[in-house]
Amino acid sequence: MSYVLILGAKSDIAKAVARKYAENGYDLYLAARNSNELDEFAQDITVRSQNTVKHIDLDILDFDSHQAFYEQLEEKPLGVISAIGYLGEQEEAQTNFNEAKQIIDTNYAGIVSLFNIIANDFEERKSGFIIGISSVAGDRGRKSNYIYGSAKAAFTAYLSGLRNRLYEAKVHVMTVKPGFVATEMTADMDLPEKLTAQPDEVADDIYKAQQKNKNVLYTKWIWRWVMLIIKSIPEWKFKESNI
Amino acid sequence: MSLLSWGNYPKVNNTVFNFKTLLNLKEIIHKYTELIPYGHGRSYGDSALSKNIIQVRPRNYFINFNKATGLLHVQAGVLLSDILNVFVPRGWFLKVTPGTKLITVGGAIASDVHGKNHHIAGCFSESIIMFRLMLPDGEVFECSKQENTELFKATCGGMGLTGVILDATIQLKRINSQYIDQTKIKTKNLKATFAAFEKYKTSEYSVAWIDCLARGEDIGKSLVMVGEFRNDGKLEYKSKNKLTIPFNFPTFSLNNWTVNIFNWLYYGKVKDKVSKQRVDIDSFFYPLDAIGDWNKIYGKNGFTQYQFILPMASSYDGLIEILQTISKSRKGSFLTVLKLYGKANDNYLSFPMEGYSLALDFKIEKGLFGFLDELDQIVLKHKGRIYLAKDVRVSKEVFEQGYPNIDKFRELRQTYKMNDKFNSLQSKRVGI
Repeated sequence: MSYVLILGAKSDIAKAVARKYAENGYDLYLAARNSNELDEFAQDITVRSQNTVKHIDLDILDFDSHQAFYEQLEEKPLGVISAIGYLGEQEEAQTNFNEAKQIIDTNYAGIVSLFNIIANDFEERKSGFIIGISSVAGDRGRKSNYIYGSAKAAFTAYLSGLRNRLYEAKVHVMTVKPGFVATEMTADMDLPEKLTAQPDEVADDIYKAQQKNKNVLYTKWIWRWVMLIIKSIPEWKFKESNI
Repeated sequence: MSLLSWGNYPKVNNTVFNFKTLLNLKEIIHKYTELIPYGHGRSYGDSALSKNIIQVRPRNYFINFNKATGLLHVQAGVLLSDILNVFVPRGWFLKVTPGTKLITVGGAIASDVHGKNHHIAGCFSESIIMFRLMLPDGEVFECSKQENTELFKATCGGMGLTGVILDATIQLKRINSQYIDQTKIKTKNLKATFAAFEKYKTSEYSVAWIDCLARGEDIGKSLVMVGEFRNDGKLEYKSKNKLTIPFNFPTFSLNNWTVNIFNWLYYGKVKDKVSKQRVDIDSFFYPLDAIGDWNKIYGKNGFTQYQFILPMASSYDGLIEILQTISKSRKGSFLTVLKLYGKANDNYLSFPMEGYSLALDFKIEKGLFGFLDELDQIVLKHKGRIYLAKDVRVSKEVFEQGYPNIDKFRELRQTYKMNDKFNSLQSKRVGI
């Protein structure tokens, strides 16, 4: 048996990733808040793949619970994928620090707390892979979502450092930077079709890239070049823009 | 975002509703009218188009499978291709499959689809043990051949006009190979084509590609393909990489010449009069699925498929007359499929009846609908009918004459107040 642990398993991307790994023969731990809501989904994967799927409660904001969360997994996973994300309300977060804190704690601090625990275990066992789904929003701060973006930027930097640290232990760390993805989180946005990926495509990309030990994955791939352009706009110009 | 149907015609604005829970769905139905459920958008015409569209495709969980009996319970948005990916390697196949696997289970029920084995296995509804249907008042009914039979007979083939199909239990059938022994028979005219269908009547699967530009003595010249599953235990099944048509072809690219060349290639590359091949499930059942978005070859104006069926007694004369008319018109049809059908079922609006059906694709252009009206008259004269899942233009009069149970269907729609809530552009046009 070989478990992959998926964090934030209720999101559309996480579900697509879960199906992808199950298709390829992995058993799954699906972690999320009120994880019993994942009953039907877990059953779906079991019928499709005949693999074992377990769902477990996880509150990413309850930092103190993370050690116990990881210890309860009888068989330790051979890989972990975080699909945890909270977009939040930018304008609200500018005036209400509680909103800003929730964005930061969900997208960054909470995952750091849990990833630290898992990374230490993987390092000791000298095996495993760690995938963090960050965002292109972390590549450059923009007025429309810079609180979310800055939390993702911190997460991206964390993953880069972790990759560096765990290289010796042969634990692979991959940073995933999706651009627009057609999910529930973006359901109200009018997204450009050519730049928008379906969750299935993101899952495909993640699985393939992980199998090849890629370090940083942009998905769709075109976002690598879109962000290269956005990052290369000089700051004096960028600050006037409405990107 | 407005949704289109497979024919890319008509292009109309619509509002798309998604639902997560049955409560959401109930609210949507309560609040809006002019609703129609939409699966994977593979019906050709306007049967899944309306002002307000309920998207069912995201409801795509597998619920249960009994490996002793082959009963599979799935939500209505599951694609037939999902079922094949999971179950062919375990030795199971669909009892009935149409020529594309890229449709939802809900859509397969609503169109009561059929396939190359209709003469033996009937329509998709034959494999349905039960489905659950949400009615206009939000109540959910279990329907089967034993329970709520009226709703069952109306919903199978009912084009989504009876409510929203939520999930279904379907019977899979055992296979012991993912390969099919195929026999190709080249026939020189319609008489020979009919004879070939008759000769191979006991073969499980049969279909013919017919050269509809052939003239005179050659009319009805075909490539008849029949097949049976092998028994070699080879069940590894992987969907192949797809070719894709990345953009709409210019509208002028599909004319008589290209159709002729295509037909010649298709018919001409088979050298022997009778030949045998071993082919896999995808090439035998779903040749066009290998080309993603093949509908784009008809250009941005879109296309339609004209599919009719004639009762056995008038099939020969009717087909000759229609093929002559098409051949004379020089309106090329890229794909023309002829098939022998088995007995009709008792569902109110199911298309099949015992006889021969012909399906022709036409790109949408000036004069086409007038021409198809002419064909309608020949179909009516020979007591035939038109397939709603493909249709985008048939008139109320022509439609009604082909479907003797239409009044029962209308009555049931009224009883359950379905016509207050569920309507498609098609249902309004043909008055159902």
